[in-house]
Amino acid sequence: MQSTTLILLLALLATAAFFFGRGRSLSLVGGPGHGPALHSLPGYYGYFVAIWCVLPALLLMSGWMLLESRVVTALVIAGLPESYQLMPEGQLNLLINNIQNLASGDVVSVAVDESMQAAATELNGYLTKSRQLLAAFALGLACLGGALAWRRIDRDFRARNRVEAVVRWLLIGASSIAVLTTIGIVLSVLFEAIRFFQKVPATEFLFGTTWSPQTAIRADQVGSSGSFGAIPLFAGTMLITSIAMVIAVPIGLMTAIYLAEYSTTRVRGIAKPLLEVLAGIPTVVYGFFAALTVAPWLRSTGDSVGIAVSSESALAAGLVMGIMIIPLVSSLSDDAINAVPSAMRDGALGLGSTRSETMTKVILPAALPGIVGGILLAVSRAIGETMIVVMAAGLAANLTANPFEAVTTVTVQIVTLLVGDQEFDSAKTLAAFALGLMLFVVTLCLNVLGISVVRKYREQYD
Amino acid sequence: MNIVVMTDNPTEKQDSTSPVVEVNSLEQSTQHRLQVALPEFTEQATDVGGETVGNVRAENPFMVAENVNVYYGDNHAIRDVSLEIGKKQVVALIGPSGCGKSTFLRCLNRMNDSIDTARVTGMITLDGEDINRKAQDPVALRARVGMVFQKPNPFPKSIYDNVAYGPRIHGLAVDRAELDSIVHTSLERAGLLKEVKDRLEDPGTSLSGGQQQRLCIARTIAVNPEVILMDEPCSALDPIATARIEDLMDELCEDYAIVIVTHSMQQAARVSRRVAYFHLGHLVEVDDTDRVFTNPRHKLTEDYITGRIG
Ligand SMILES: Nc1ncnc2c1ncn2[C@@H]1O[C@H](COP(=O)(O)OP(=O)(O)OP(=O)(O)O)[C@@H](O)[C@H]1O
Ligand SMILES: [Mg+2]
Repeated sequence: MQSTTLILLLALLATAAFFFGRGRSLSLVGGPGHGPALHSLPGYYGYFVAIWCVLPALLLMSGWMLLESRVVTALVIAGLPESYQLMPEGQLNLLINNIQNLASGDVVSVAVDESMQAAATELNGYLTKSRQLLAAFALGLACLGGALAWRRIDRDFRARNRVEAVVRWLLIGASSIAVLTTIGIVLSVLFEAIRFFQKVPATEFLFGTTWSPQTAIRADQVGSSGSFGAIPLFAGTMLITSIAMVIAVPIGLMTAIYLAEYSTTRVRGIAKPLLEVLAGIPTVVYGFFAALTVAPWLRSTGDSVGIAVSSESALAAGLVMGIMIIPLVSSLSDDAINAVPSAMRDGALGLGSTRSETMTKVILPAALPGIVGGILLAVSRAIGETMIVVMAAGLAANLTANPFEAVTTVTVQIVTLLVGDQEFDSAKTLAAFALGLMLFVVTLCLNVLGISVVRKYREQYD
Repeated sequence: MNIVVMTDNPTEKQDSTSPVVEVNSLEQSTQHRLQVALPEFTEQATDVGGETVGNVRAENPFMVAENVNVYYGDNHAIRDVSLEIGKKQVVALIGPSGCGKSTFLRCLNRMNDSIDTARVTGMITLDGEDINRKAQDPVALRARVGMVFQKPNPFPKSIYDNVAYGPRIHGLAVDRAELDSIVHTSLERAGLLKEVKDRLEDPGTSLSGGQQQRLCIARTIAVNPEVILMDEPCSALDPIATARIEDLMDELCEDYAIVIVTHSMQQAARVSRRVAYFHLGHLVEVDDTDRVFTNPRHKLTEDYITGRIG
């Protein structure tokens, strides 16, 4: 039986269990309207029975599916001729792989012999049997669990508390998935970075000024030992980020001020969603906008005034990234400005301030910490931005402060390091993890700083 | 002073055969038809929508509101209110919550301008000039008609800068020394100087609630307004701080006209010369404070001040 069918059946059973449970609790007290005689509302008894019906069965199912392939493979191997069983592990794995492909009708990479064919048939047989067993067990367990739960119902049974406990664990489980995944990613990046630092000294990475990650792929190759000085990458990142912030901060801030203080409700009602659309444009679209529109335009403008602008320039990437970040800056600043109590505004207006005096002398100083926090968040967004710089900033690791030259960024290099074929434990590949770790640490610090500034400021008025 | 008594039926005021006689008041009511009845008719008025009972005129009028209506969208929040505010006098606005006291107060310095839905009709004059005329700059108006709010709202700046804010934006001081002296006299008059003179650079928000409210008053008088509007200035304060602010009002009214909204009958009785009772957007009764509290002429006023409504 297919697992989707099984799940559907379980859902049906659960629904039935709900009504049985509810019905039993009602019949105990002689019908609806006798609520107080029961410890919990009748619905809770229903949920209780349904949970006991479904939960054990689902657990059984997931455990079974985890183990299934392992058990079935072991059985298949046991059924293979002696000669195969004595093969080294790598070859055996390959063989099993081929048998599995054969069984599921996929392309097979070697000539198929009789024993393989037999093994494939056997494999399919085991699988079918396994599914049948699973279905039988799961449905049986569901009925059993439901029945046991159903029998436990009586007037004083605390069904609500049981259900709440299950709900609570469910929620805990869901949120720990996110947290654990984050921790896992951080740890794996950390360990890979440590492996990198075993090959390349951390001082060279942190303070070296040359970035040329070409390493010898084969031991007998000469000449390319690679050099991993990350300074040009961070300098490039900073250059582009600064350009982006120079664009985004004033424009975003002024937008926020206009929307929060000057615009009519109608303008605001139109402009805010529009800005949100701007925030929702995929970065790859900004990327080709930067590469195909802005960069050539900058180049030709530069030519006409006699400035040499390379066709992939930090300026083009920074400009477009700035535009991308405007909505972020403006919406965070808008929040900060709106969080200033209107009593402040009234107080200033009541003393005869003009709107702009109110804005610059009272509201902005009061909102400043929130705005700064928002800007820090925007900076960390800019630093981590990848698509635009990949398309518009170039790959040349120049150490320069000239915005008309091509530079490269940390994120771009991570992408180029990992695109293409290379060994997984070469210094070149591992360098990506080290860069990733650095990036993560920097943006994490900025975020923590930004969030704590924003929060501190919130407390002032609450 | 004229004595004004309501008729039971507001339509009667147009009726010349009515027993109610229309006379000119002893002072300025020539521009206004006011209902004056003979003393033997002084039974209490009980209707809500009728003409204001009592005397809306002040001896020495400085701010005059004539037939003011305020609408918030479709909500008719102030209904045809006329009231005069005299020089050097405290007028208290009382009435149940939501009756429009704050709304009326905010008309007087055009703070309702900043509410999109609010619409004000009628005529309000300050020293004879229409404050809603085209040429009137609301910013200049608010420098003449200052406002103190219910919740103390010092700016997140130092105590000094809070008080110096107004003089700075209006360019009232030519140099630092003059600014210093304005700040000092304002704090002095607000009765706060003694407590803060050693900590003028501390943030205004570090003061206690009562001190903050006096700081806000100091901030308002630093601009040297001619009228001060106060919307429940003591509602967040303890009795001692309240008493200080009431004393302060006694002093201030020697120079300013003061309009205060309050929910405390005692406070109205203590600080005000005249009391105006609002009910559902109507100005029901206005008169000298002692007269209203001893002998209210409208049923609603009596109910309110004796604690039966509100
Ligand atoms: N900004 C506003 N927008 C729309 N309606 C408003 C606004 N402010 C006040 N109102 C309405 O106007 C009416 C009068 O309100 P107002 O604040 O003047 O009452 P109040 O007498 O000051 O009450 P309180 O004693 O509670 O302060 C109320 O019905 C209120 O709902
Ligand atoms: Mg009010």
